[in-house]
Amino acid sequence: MMPLLAAAVSEGVIFYPLAILTLAGAFSMILSRNPVYAAMSMVLTFFGIAGTYVLLSAQLLAALQIIVYAGAIMVLFLFVIMLLSLTEQDLGKQKLTVSAVVGGAAALLFWVLSYTVFEALPNQQMPTELAANFGEVIGVGRVIFSQFVLPFEATSVLLLVAIVGAVVVAKAKI
Amino acid sequence: MNTVPLAHYLALASALFAIGLAAVLIRRNALLVFMGVELMLNAANLTFLAFSRNLNNMSGHAIAFFVIAVAAAEAAIGLAIFIAVFRTRNTINVDEVDALKY
Repeated sequence: MMPLLAAAVSEGVIFYPLAILTLAGAFSMILSRNPVYAAMSMVLTFFGIAGTYVLLSAQLLAALQIIVYAGAIMVLFLFVIMLLSLTEQDLGKQKLTVSAVVGGAAALLFWVLSYTVFEALPNQQMPTELAANFGEVIGVGRVIFSQFVLPFEATSVLLLVAIVGAVVVAKAKI
Repeated sequence: MNTVPLAHYLALASALFAIGLAAVLIRRNALLVFMGVELMLNAANLTFLAFSRNLNNMSGHAIAFFVIAVAAAEAAIGLAIFIAVFRTRNTINVDEVDALKY
């Protein structure tokens, strides 16, 4: 058994500001007209989510989140934004259409409905003590290489296909 | 010690999912639509990890690991497709790229 960071301090003191930061980044992503600002807001959101992972005692996943999402994927997005070099005309005016209002309302409805379901779930109390090596490299590695070894190997094939596919699709002439 | 209840973690995850869904439905720039998809994948990950801690079971961590790998592959392929589309049609507005509709 090991104590958690979340148990050492009062968890809510970290969680709620972090949640507000994460949601602020997400809202700023959806509202910004310029894709570069949207990508930067996404970086903020990913850091917020990584902080939440640490609170959930998932240290390895928090590190991966920052390296893969905030590092690799967002840099890829920024490269593509730069490569496309969209003009003001390409970006266009964000109009408030009927479909946009319906989309926003559907998303809000989804959130409200899901929240009522979550409040009704039994066993809300988070444990303050977890198994040894919970969320560390050794613990997660043991799970991946014993219980999930087949999906792990399938993921390696998937990544190979993705590399070859991305090169073939983006290349002008093969 | 005060812990945050499971429902609040799940509410944060579903709020992120809803914002990602709204981005997919509202925004017409394909890059923004794609960022919405990434946000939805992240929300799913957060749910996995919240339940993982709640149930004191590490399987959720392995699944979240695979989701991150799939998201990376998806980003690489998707952005390559956007570059190919932009090269031939000179736009990445998802409303204008509708040749498969007819």
